[in-house]
Amino acid sequence: MEFNAPAGRNLFDDAKIVGKSTPRIDGPLKVSGTAPYAYERHDVADNQAYGYVIGSAIAKGRIRSMSLDDARRAPGVIAVVAATETDPVGTSDYNNAPLFGGREIAHYHQAIACVVAETFEQARSAAMLIRTDYERDEGAFDLEAAAPDAPLASKAHKQGDFDAAFDAAPVKIDSRFHTADESHAMMEPHATIAAWDGPKLTLWTSNQMVNWAKESMAEILGIDAENVRVDSPYVGGGFGGKLFIRADAVMAALAARAAGRPVKVTLQRPLIPNNTTHRHATIQRIRIAASHDGHISAVAHENWSGNLNGTDGENATAQTPSLYAGPNRLIANYIATLDLPEGNAMRAPGEAPGHLALEVAMDELAEALGMDPIELRVRNEPDSAVPGRPGRTFSDRNLVRCLREGAERFGWDKRSATPGAIREGRYLIGMGVAAGYRGAPTMKSAARVRLQSDGRLIVETDMTDIGTGSYTIIAQTAAETMGIPLERVSVELGDSLYPVAAGSGGQWGAASSTAGVYAACVNLRRAIGEKLGFDGDAATFEGGRIEAGEQSFAICDAGELSADGEISFGEFKKEYNVASYAGHFAEVAVDIYTGETRIRRMLAVCDAGRILNPLSARSQVIGAMVMSAGAALMEELAVDPRFGFFVNHDLAGYEVPVHADIPHQEVIFLETLDPIVSPMKAKGVGELGICGPGAAVANAIYNATGIRVREYPLTLDKYLDRLPEID
Amino acid sequence: MRSFTYERARTPAEAAASVSSRQGAKFIAGGTNLLDLMKLEIETPTHLVDVQDLGLDQIEQTEDGGLRIGALVSNTALSAHDTVRSDYAVLTRAIAAGASGQLRNKATTAGNLLQRTRCPYFYDTDMPCNKRKAGSGCAAIGGFSRQLGVIGISDACIATYPGDMAVALRVLDAVVETVRPDGETRAIPIADFHRLWGDTPHIETVLEPGELITGVSLPKPIGGQHFYQKVRDRRSYAFALVSVAAVIQSDGSGRVAFGGVAPKPWRVSEADALLPNGAKAVVERAFQGAKPTEDNKFKIPLAERALAGLIAQARS
Repeated sequence: MEFNAPAGRNLFDDAKIVGKSTPRIDGPLKVSGTAPYAYERHDVADNQAYGYVIGSAIAKGRIRSMSLDDARRAPGVIAVVAATETDPVGTSDYNNAPLFGGREIAHYHQAIACVVAETFEQARSAAMLIRTDYERDEGAFDLEAAAPDAPLASKAHKQGDFDAAFDAAPVKIDSRFHTADESHAMMEPHATIAAWDGPKLTLWTSNQMVNWAKESMAEILGIDAENVRVDSPYVGGGFGGKLFIRADAVMAALAARAAGRPVKVTLQRPLIPNNTTHRHATIQRIRIAASHDGHISAVAHENWSGNLNGTDGENATAQTPSLYAGPNRLIANYIATLDLPEGNAMRAPGEAPGHLALEVAMDELAEALGMDPIELRVRNEPDSAVPGRPGRTFSDRNLVRCLREGAERFGWDKRSATPGAIREGRYLIGMGVAAGYRGAPTMKSAARVRLQSDGRLIVETDMTDIGTGSYTIIAQTAAETMGIPLERVSVELGDSLYPVAAGSGGQWGAASSTAGVYAACVNLRRAIGEKLGFDGDAATFEGGRIEAGEQSFAICDAGELSADGEISFGEFKKEYNVASYAGHFAEVAVDIYTGETRIRRMLAVCDAGRILNPLSARSQVIGAMVMSAGAALMEELAVDPRFGFFVNHDLAGYEVPVHADIPHQEVIFLETLDPIVSPMKAKGVGELGICGPGAAVANAIYNATGIRVREYPLTLDKYLDRLPEID
Repeated sequence: MRSFTYERARTPAEAAASVSSRQGAKFIAGGTNLLDLMKLEIETPTHLVDVQDLGLDQIEQTEDGGLRIGALVSNTALSAHDTVRSDYAVLTRAIAAGASGQLRNKATTAGNLLQRTRCPYFYDTDMPCNKRKAGSGCAAIGGFSRQLGVIGISDACIATYPGDMAVALRVLDAVVETVRPDGETRAIPIADFHRLWGDTPHIETVLEPGELITGVSLPKPIGGQHFYQKVRDRRSYAFALVSVAAVIQSDGSGRVAFGGVAPKPWRVSEADALLPNGAKAVVERAFQGAKPTEDNKFKIPLAERALAGLIAQARS
């Protein structure tokens, strides 16, 4: 199915299942501990051995030698794959440093060996007997030091004359922000079971993008993609950290080859922050100028990040071209070469740290203008044309409604415009607001639907459910389109033997994969019509029955039938800026003595088109708000610039928020439809929810205390000396 | 984890004798810290003597009006005990501020006293650490030291004792009771229990090889208002940046100990005496001679502000 024009009225506009809050159909498996996550798939291959991955103890340099004999002789050991003996693997488009690089070390904890044994404990114990001698090179580990010489990552976006407009403006701000390196910190560590059958390799793994995994694994190992099968039905969180093949899969494959039997590997938690990917730290400079009445005349957003090989930075300016009006612009991203572990996508890459800076800068501008920060944003709402992009319009944009409705629900009128004015006991109380913007891309997506003779329907697609609720929205879509109850649909996901779907990333999964299932169902309706003698497009499928003119059938009259379908998205979309929007609000209490900031409540009002399942969408947004609050208040991979690694590389040292940190969260979805996105008129929310809440928290801290800190996370040590005097 | 042998001891003296007679043997109680360290091979005992059957799980009144806490009383049981809640509330509050509900159910009174540091370089076995491997150096000095010690530290190690319970025990002047391998018992004031380790940071307490903690006794209650404030980046399940245990009497006198700043719960009696003069006076005296790093120098003003908050609360 080609989606070549805006969606007209369709069956989803009268939906009975899609759009209704529906508990996860996979929920019982998860709460009973029986959902088969990768490492627990004991039944998929006989005789599984355990692999334990060793990471490099240096950040840059090479291995002189490794002593492997003791490990090989240790109890239970079956095989040792080591950098001094095994050829390095190739790289794919999706990884920067080799996942197993031989003697050359590109970053700390890069995999240098895998020990295979009969039990996990034996493998781990043997691994610790390996002694590695390194030759250490100097490396670049300090973004602040490297930034001044960093080249542009891509051509700067210039519009009008920023310098002249900024100089001439009566009100302006010029601020510099730092955001921290962050870890995805998903619950389920990376894990893979690998088994070879001749030239054929099967990976039971935990991966967000099954087809990417299949193709890149083939590239990495130099084998034919047709010989790789990837199965990833349940993923215990990814957040971008499992978009790509990582060392668990590569080392499991190499180890299984060496051991001559299936091998399972999980990355131990302390290995994950330095071995896998992380969100890059950024330095951002934002200058905004406005007239006295608050119209922005000039905006410059410059962003610096660093990565291995000087590629693939954190594009923190991603939201800036489209969020506000303003004729004169300078938007530039610089990328430094750093020898830290690999930076890559983490939930709303670019926008998440971008909002932490831009939306605080807007708060600063509002204050400089003496204007309410919501009014400032409303005043700078672009008209339907996307600024600086002639011929391009916003598809459906309701940011002002998000902010206005949020203000009313949150009690924004009770906020004191004067910072530091509200005290309750030992706490200073403040409120903050931020806008949220996140693009709503779509990717082509395919599925197969198989009607059973008893009227049940099986959906097969390599789409993944990374805890988001894909199983359920896909079942809802299929049930709606085929006119059968939800209970009669079963959904099979994550297997590369199934048609290739959009996968889970960039918040494109929900909108794209459901449209692909819809396309397959439309084809199935036609196939049923052909078999029974009616026009499938004109018939009504409802309540397990089919009404086609004078004819009436039960759906099981069709017997067994299968249809594939794929949605692909046409060129017409390029005329539109398709995005999701939110108004984010936070109230904080700052302890006047200790400076500890505790969030009291948060609210997100979201504009994301049709919400396919409000229950799971709400969970998505709540989780994203927590993650954004973490980025604002506590999350930081601390760099040791002497050794070139992230020091706090476990979940004791890398703190993420706990329930007690955020006692109350609320999410409201505006009832909107975006016909430019897909036949579903739906957009994703999983990344929208992390774009802005942290800035709302930062602005609330300022409102509470009158102290502006621009270096994230906003830990108390950064402003303790600026809190009010105590005695 | 290295292979080890395991036994369950039946009496304290037998347990002590067993550990002292075997090179590399250790006691295990709740195991909440030891097992983690064994998995990383930071601890590599050859033999574990499980003390859970020793019956040291009672809390009893003592003849002098105090309380005796068995070594194996869980953190949960201790913090919930009626007498502790009413007469030693600083202890209840300190324990409740630590770890998680699951860990407190398993962690024991003796084990908690022996909790090892949470310095990230101690946990990364690829980094030099004098505490983990004597003489290998200290990666934390000159490194990421935001959580680490500001006073009582040395050029060999700037780690802290990380726990909460012991900070409260320090203001209560608790006494640690032990049995030695030869069957002799001794009573060690909590003030003397953790060492200022100097150039031997791998030796953290005054316990001798094989010496087993059998209990902790508390003197009779001292009255006053009891406070435990733990300052941290997140509200639960995080180690203290600074913690303050204080017992403040109605006349403004009292006792105060600080956690998260030193190799031991940090209390200076001359500083206690300054409590009526306010937090600034106390902290200036308590932290005299401190050697903070650029990363953790905030801990001293933070300690002062946290204490000031408690003094204000006591007055209100």
